[in-house]
Amino acid sequence: MTDLKVAITGGTSGLGLALVREFRRRGARVAFVARTAHTVAAVAQKHGAHGIVGDVARKEDIHPVALQMTAALGGLDVLVNNASSLGPTPLALLADTECEQLELALATNVLGPFRLTKALLGALTASAREGRGAVVLNISSDAAINAYAQWGAYGASKAALAQMSAIWDEELRAEGVRFLWLDPGDMDTPLHALALPDADRTTLKRPERAARELVDAVEAALAKEHA
Amino acid sequence: MIAASAPVQRPRDARLLVIGAARAVTQAARVEWVDHVRPGDLVVANDAATLPASLRGTHLASGAPLEVRLAGRASLATEDVSFSAVLFGAGDWRTRTEERALPPPLAAGDRLALGPLVATVQGALGHPRLLRLRFEGEPTAVWAGIARHGRPIQYAYMSQALALWDVWTPIAALPVAFEAPSAGFALDWRSLARLRSRGADFATITLAAGISSTGDPALDARLPLAEPYRLSAATAAAIGDAKGRGGRIIAVGTTVVRALEHSGGRAGSGVADQRVGPGTELGVVDALLTGTHEPQENHYQLLRAFADEATLAVASAALEAGRYRTHEFGDSMLVFKTPGAVLSNSAPPKRHRAWTQVLAGFLRGAAVSSPSASA
Repeated sequence: MTDLKVAITGGTSGLGLALVREFRRRGARVAFVARTAHTVAAVAQKHGAHGIVGDVARKEDIHPVALQMTAALGGLDVLVNNASSLGPTPLALLADTECEQLELALATNVLGPFRLTKALLGALTASAREGRGAVVLNISSDAAINAYAQWGAYGASKAALAQMSAIWDEELRAEGVRFLWLDPGDMDTPLHALALPDADRTTLKRPERAARELVDAVEAALAKEHA
Repeated sequence: MIAASAPVQRPRDARLLVIGAARAVTQAARVEWVDHVRPGDLVVANDAATLPASLRGTHLASGAPLEVRLAGRASLATEDVSFSAVLFGAGDWRTRTEERALPPPLAAGDRLALGPLVATVQGALGHPRLLRLRFEGEPTAVWAGIARHGRPIQYAYMSQALALWDVWTPIAALPVAFEAPSAGFALDWRSLARLRSRGADFATITLAAGISSTGDPALDARLPLAEPYRLSAATAAAIGDAKGRGGRIIAVGTTVVRALEHSGGRAGSGVADQRVGPGTELGVVDALLTGTHEPQENHYQLLRAFADEATLAVASAALEAGRYRTHEFGDSMLVFKTPGAVLSNSAPPKRHRAWTQVLAGFLRGAAVSSPSASA
């Protein structure tokens, strides 16, 4: 993966951090975005990645973030939309969910990936035309398919993201951009702890393992484009 | 013509004036531009994203407010944070540039505070508004500062301030353009799919399109500045393939014509520093999709490489009579090269070098007349 140019959202904790590490371990050049300046700086320095401060849920942040990603990497081959919001925490029944909490989940999990993908589509299609391949990986969840009580805001937003990914994939295949939407499984991450604080952590998947599987899938999709 | 004052890239009623290779001037809806593309043709557009190149700040020595508009750079390299820039004094974009105050007197070594950034004046470039600047600090911090503090270059004829998303074309990739490569506003993904289904091809060049006007006649006479570009091996191959099968090369935007002609269609990085105008023999480009240009504009000179004076006069009259919209968000023209015609009435030299000489020091020897090996 030497010379592969990868951008990751939500890169300072949980699965996003594991993805930064795994892509770096395989030799890719990585730019990531997260909201908190000092953790961004710490992760960037520790893993030799380019850190960007921003919030993908904010419309005004998208283009400045996209600009910094492509400027730092000199282009883009892979975008991972990983940053996610649970909606209300502690989790709540849909009937108890405030509209604003649903809006935040949609802003982070649907509108953010939509806007960032659109802003970076020029760079991704340029990579595809140059024969480098281009892949967008959207982090999904089994809550996108199954109806879990108290996971309404999260599940509805992830379902929207999954369907959007499928349609992007259909529409942009001819441009050489492939979309993956994958469920990494129940992982031992800060997001999971926020949702289910009493879960038995020993039964949860390590984010490092999920990251390996996801990067394998990206690698396979890139190889398929080359074939 | 009428100034297009709303920041809508693809208004549904956008229009197209077509100047055919046989000098016929016809009108169409702009969405129909793809119908003028033939199987085997290649459309080449600039995929530069637009920088928020307008930075507000102060002259540290005097405290005087100013606006810096980044306008040119010697290369596309991320590490290169040295720019030519046009400066204005107090005031903002609502005042026409023609009426904007001069910046405070600036000398080499003066420092400018621009939001989170500090830039040092490297020297004047032969005009009180035109300077060479270098940002202090790590390049990645400089780009972050520009991304967060900068705003797109604004236009007094617009009804509202432009946001960054207003000035990125749908194909925007590397952030290297100083003003929007606005001919590309006409492109959308549907028209690119239609191109493909017609048996035509699409490719991109990455080009640091410079500032289009400054409001100062002496400065405007020196535009366009030298523009660095990169032509990928894939695009060079697509140009060769199209030429080989007898297809035409259709450039999207006047700056793309300039860079493609400079490159000779070969892959690599270069700095387009020549002028294209009456008398220029076009070796690569056969047609141009562009905005609606008026005879007094710089861009109009470039049209004279494609069509003769009489044909352009007919086109200008049609634009005027049809009340076409002009400027960045206006209507479009599609101009096919008149084959074999003598287009020059006044026949100035093919390449003006005066501006390049002014910039020679700034460009650090990069003002080459042919592209170097691929970077």
